[in-house]
Amino acid sequence: MAMDLSYGPEYESFRGDVRQFIEQHRDQAPRGEGMRSDKALAWQKLLIANGYAARTIPKQYGGHGAAPDILKSRIIAEEFASAQVSQGMGGQGISMLVPTLLEVGTEAQKREFVAPTLHGEMIWCQGYSEPGAGSDLASLRTSAVLDGDEWVVNGQKIWTSTAHLADWIFCLVRTEPDAPKHKGISFLLFRMDTPGIEVRPLVDMTGNANFNEVFFTDVRVPKHQIVGQRGDGWMVANAILGHERDSLGSPDATLGRLNALIALMQTETLAGQTLMDHPVYRDRLMQLQGRMMALRFNDLRILSAKLNKADASLARMIVKLEGTELRHALEGLAIDIMGELGLAYGNNPMKRDNGSWQHQYMFFLGLIIGGGTSQIQKNIISERGLGMPKEPKFERPGAA
Amino acid sequence: MEFGLSQEQTLLTDSVKRFLATEVPLDRVRRFAVDQDDRDIWAGLAGLGVSALLVPEAAGGVGLSCLDAALVAETLGYHATPAPFLGTAVAAPLALTGSRAGAGADELLAAIAAGEQRIGLAFSEAIGARADAGVRSDGHTLSGKALFVIDCPADHYLVADETRRLFLVAGNAPGLARRPFETIDRTRITGELRFDGTPARLLSDDPALLARVLDATRVMMAADTLGAAQQMLDQAVAYAMQREQFNRPIGSFQAVKHMCAEMAAALEPCRAMVWYAAHALDHIPEEARLTACHAKAHLSEVGKMVAKLSTEVHGGMGFTDLVGLHYWFKRIGYNRQMLGAPEVLRLEAARAQRLVA
Repeated sequence: MAMDLSYGPEYESFRGDVRQFIEQHRDQAPRGEGMRSDKALAWQKLLIANGYAARTIPKQYGGHGAAPDILKSRIIAEEFASAQVSQGMGGQGISMLVPTLLEVGTEAQKREFVAPTLHGEMIWCQGYSEPGAGSDLASLRTSAVLDGDEWVVNGQKIWTSTAHLADWIFCLVRTEPDAPKHKGISFLLFRMDTPGIEVRPLVDMTGNANFNEVFFTDVRVPKHQIVGQRGDGWMVANAILGHERDSLGSPDATLGRLNALIALMQTETLAGQTLMDHPVYRDRLMQLQGRMMALRFNDLRILSAKLNKADASLARMIVKLEGTELRHALEGLAIDIMGELGLAYGNNPMKRDNGSWQHQYMFFLGLIIGGGTSQIQKNIISERGLGMPKEPKFERPGAA
Repeated sequence: MEFGLSQEQTLLTDSVKRFLATEVPLDRVRRFAVDQDDRDIWAGLAGLGVSALLVPEAAGGVGLSCLDAALVAETLGYHATPAPFLGTAVAAPLALTGSRAGAGADELLAAIAAGEQRIGLAFSEAIGARADAGVRSDGHTLSGKALFVIDCPADHYLVADETRRLFLVAGNAPGLARRPFETIDRTRITGELRFDGTPARLLSDDPALLARVLDATRVMMAADTLGAAQQMLDQAVAYAMQREQFNRPIGSFQAVKHMCAEMAAALEPCRAMVWYAAHALDHIPEEARLTACHAKAHLSEVGKMVAKLSTEVHGGMGFTDLVGLHYWFKRIGYNRQMLGAPEVLRLEAARAQRLVA
């Protein structure tokens, strides 16, 4: 290894292709239309056909079938982000279930689920967390009991994003109640219109209801709709959590927000002075820019380590914790510098940047908590990164 | 695309680490704190090529990059090493090779490479002169006072005047008086210089040269803090694993291990930041000023946080002289205040982006 920050001529020419594609087709990209809209579905097809979505997923499963190339994927992400054009559909089906099925699913499952998921025709939600199983996810209690050729599912999930829109759910259930908690879980797939499922929206602090509580009462699921073997669900789920952690707290998106904040500070005035000319506000902005810069260079190091098979495990472990905390602080700074104006929300015509600062400030507090809380991240960093001991088990007084 | 260290860079730092691990244990740092004599250490480091890193091969050096120097600076910080690295091994070679210094420059560079000349650094007056200080020049002589001179006493001094011109002054020049300036950091020697018609050689009247030398020195101080903070984190983790209370190592308490995680989470991205800022000095000049300012400012904030938390993890012992943790605490503090404290650097960072006049 050595320092060489250029991508090289082959990749710069690829970057040119991506830019040209975006320029030619940007009118066709959805802007806020729903995920079931014709425009969103057509855009997804176009992106896959050109290799800008589902790039490395084999053709027989509905992907583009290109060889994995970390730099090309990075270039695609950079160019779509900087052009502010939709990079196609996200969601937990595409980002989490598809990679898992490709890893551990049966051939039949890959054929049945991957292509329609990639094309946006099958929308998924993720049934993991429960009221009594948050950070300690493996203590989940939703049960599935085999009855003939069907699993019978009973219990409750919570924080289930898009459950009200989803066609299917991938769900962790306890199938082996007598096994140790990590070994008694299975990973089931079932339709959300199966009788016995009730979805209740959960309004969050931003005023939106993007996640839900989901109740299961004698929900009957065909026996073969299991990923991996009985009792292997924890292993299957952990591969997915790895995917999620990598994508939360990405410094690329934070850069876009920092630039928006700079623009706001250059235009907004207070007592005849731009907010950028206010030394205290400017210093706080520069503090966050310094933190962000460190995380962006850290990201370069991670990218390079992937390319060169070098170790950067600690660098990777801190991204979710540091990235979400930084983003929350950045959104909060925008509110602070606007003073009273920073409070404008809802339909208030005075709000700036469509009210996104308040919304994102709250939303990123949600992300500090979701996907493994900051405190769980610190356990992971100290235990796996620094080799420190686990918290000893708590013996409940009077327990045998 | 590669963002990492070469095998040669790893070999270089390994050799310096091995030397420091045996020759500069805590006891050696303690001795320096009293007698302020680091000649044996500097001779040993010169033997490993540290003094010659940035001296061009044509002048008897090894002609390596600022990134190589930053990696050495990190290692020096890790061991709280007393050594005239900043002025002698970094600022002087960059200033001399960047100027049209003419006669004598190559001899001086060769002597620096051989470890036979020490160069002090008097830049503070160009960053912000105090009311009773400031260096003025007629182009041939200097007058006034330079405070906060790094690695002082020295055989020569690099001096910046109020108009950001760069001069070289011999340590024995007439009209030069030197006084010690005692600081909290006993692993470095700091002084004050008074000039009274002191002859000085103008190295450059282009402020860009001073800017480049200053940026490089700041990145080295950021790298030094990276190493010093890593030392404090390593010691905190080791102590937390070994110290037992309530029948268990205190490192198994989340209150303690989360402090360690916070240090690691803040510090690890700093490594990439120092690499990038050091690389930019040689290869991305348009970003060098911004990344140097941010690197030193950010490392100063993270270093301050690590210095506090590591001391706390050590409990009462951290507060004593017995474990010697305070040498790193104070060194991090020195790197923070010298050549631009964080607020000063962040203003410069804003200026570098034209966000403010």
